[in-house]
Amino acid sequence: MLGLNSRDFRLFLIVCALCVFAPILLNPFPVASSLGESFNAGYPALMQRFVIFGLLVIGFNILFGLTGYLSFGHAAFLGVGSFAAVWMFKLLSYNVVPAIILSVVVAGLFSVVIGYIALRRSGIYFSILTLAFAQMMYSIAFSDLVGKLFGTIVTNGETGLQVYNDDPQILMSEGSPTVPHLFGLEMNSAFTWKVGGWEFVFQNGYYLSAIFMILGFYLSIRIFRSPFGMMLRAIKSNQTRMSYTGLDTKPYMLAAFVISGMYAGLAGGLLAAMDPLTGAERMFWTASGEIVVMAILGGVGTLVGPVLGAGVIKYLENIVSKINDSILHNWFAFMPDWLENLMVTVIHPFIGKGWHLTLGLLFMAVVIFLPGGLMQLGEKIATLFGRKKKSDDAKSGATEPAE
Amino acid sequence: MGILEVKGVNKRFGGLQALGDVNLSVAENTVHAIIGPNGAGKSTLLNVLVGKLIPDSGSVMFDGQSVLGRKPHEINQMGISRVFQTPEIFADLSVFENVMIPCFAKRDGAFRMHAIESTHHEKDMAEQAMAMLDDVNMADKRDMIASSMSRGDKRRLEMAMCLVQDPRLLLLDEPTAGMARADTENTIELLKDIRKKRGITMAIIEHDMNVVFSLAERITVLAQGTPLVEDVPEKIKGHPKVREAYLGEAQV
Repeated sequence: MLGLNSRDFRLFLIVCALCVFAPILLNPFPVASSLGESFNAGYPALMQRFVIFGLLVIGFNILFGLTGYLSFGHAAFLGVGSFAAVWMFKLLSYNVVPAIILSVVVAGLFSVVIGYIALRRSGIYFSILTLAFAQMMYSIAFSDLVGKLFGTIVTNGETGLQVYNDDPQILMSEGSPTVPHLFGLEMNSAFTWKVGGWEFVFQNGYYLSAIFMILGFYLSIRIFRSPFGMMLRAIKSNQTRMSYTGLDTKPYMLAAFVISGMYAGLAGGLLAAMDPLTGAERMFWTASGEIVVMAILGGVGTLVGPVLGAGVIKYLENIVSKINDSILHNWFAFMPDWLENLMVTVIHPFIGKGWHLTLGLLFMAVVIFLPGGLMQLGEKIATLFGRKKKSDDAKSGATEPAE
Repeated sequence: MGILEVKGVNKRFGGLQALGDVNLSVAENTVHAIIGPNGAGKSTLLNVLVGKLIPDSGSVMFDGQSVLGRKPHEINQMGISRVFQTPEIFADLSVFENVMIPCFAKRDGAFRMHAIESTHHEKDMAEQAMAMLDDVNMADKRDMIASSMSRGDKRRLEMAMCLVQDPRLLLLDEPTAGMARADTENTIELLKDIRKKRGITMAIIEHDMNVVFSLAERITVLAQGTPLVEDVPEKIKGHPKVREAYLGEAQV
């Protein structure tokens, strides 16, 4: 189906279904309940982040997962994409189509240049070079060096870039929406469905991002299963044999780098389309580090792992950080006072601002016990329930062409 | 005029003259062995032939074209394949993929952006790869991860990866080094078989005289970076200069 083998197609359908029904699946608790207040993740702003960062890490995984080259500056492409998109809003109109197209193109151009230089080295030196580039770009954006040079605004420095009333917006007509829209379909408008105590929000912006993530996911499956993907894995495995087999590793690496940079640019463009402002902090090195952590947490080199990793981290960042002491007291109210206070004291460092601590512990546990990421956990559970490993039918699929 | 012509090649590493005025001609459709004691410059010579080292002077012509200054992948695309001392394979990939990659390299050249096509739809490539695996008796191992195989099988696989490209010249760098007796015998049989079936020109660097004398049709003896003699195996066996070179080493 769609050029995928049956197993990949099933996976693709599952991801599609999850994206479509996310507003329902992520809101398992009634709105008014205390669990709902704390754990419901089905609100548009967070769901957008799930799919946009999922898309970003899918792209990152094409580089890191297949070739093993660890880029530590991928957030730079995300930032570049966002700036490009906001500039389209400022110059043309709030229509997201030109914004998204330009964000991909600009990120692609940047990754050609940075990739060409950084790929002269491998291993840790490659990582450091990408990090250095990203930090330079961050500094340039943060101080708006380019803008100062030309006596104008390019990134608008610390303030960040946003759309002002006196911007040209040459394609804006009288009735045009004043928020990002897709040919009139406003990104932030949503349909709310109330059933009993539950409330499900279906937002245009989320669905647009989800469509892009699904397309990106589909493309990544195709790349993983293509001869090109095989070459990238071969590069990871043995570059000496690569070149003695008559293959030039450089263009393969650069192509992978640019593809993954364009994914990041698209993610940046989508972030801006959801909320038309951006700042240099989007390119900061911690943002790049977060991408690496997402990929490793989910499972490097697997198809769904990146999305899973992005989801888990964004969930922790938005949900665990929201929990505070009074919520804890509520949860443990049924306990005797001394135990309640003890529990709150014990859990306190891991919630609110301490969510990084929770993430750190989770990350350590995954790296130590599940080097294959959370995807490996899934596999382990599957074997535990006696299901034969799926690789069997993948193999039978692979045998066919040889006959 | 041989398919590979090495003329007046010199290579110096600091104070060490690794290769001194090496002349070598490998005729098409022969197995040409290059032997010599340790440090004779055999590996240096091989590295010059595949583009890993650039000699200080001299010329290396393959089929009338110079290989000097070309990158390893370009030299491979000219038709030279290399088997390494320690098998260089794609250890994390399946045996089948290991053979598919050279098929693609042969068909598509050094780079092609085939990112959307499915590998499984490349029936011609898959057939070629399977036929090759059949040829080296590895068809039953096609789905194994290459790193999990025995050393002998890795060597066999590497050979298959080179042969599937139909090279015009196959360079072998001590193909039996570090192998058990049985594996060595197997490798000799495999090479003889390849020679008989495909008639590929081979240049082989080897320590093991047993291997050399059972395969080579012509032998060049290298000592201290310079060719001592070049002749058919029968003449080499009793050649006084060769004895001197080898016995001299043995006495040290």
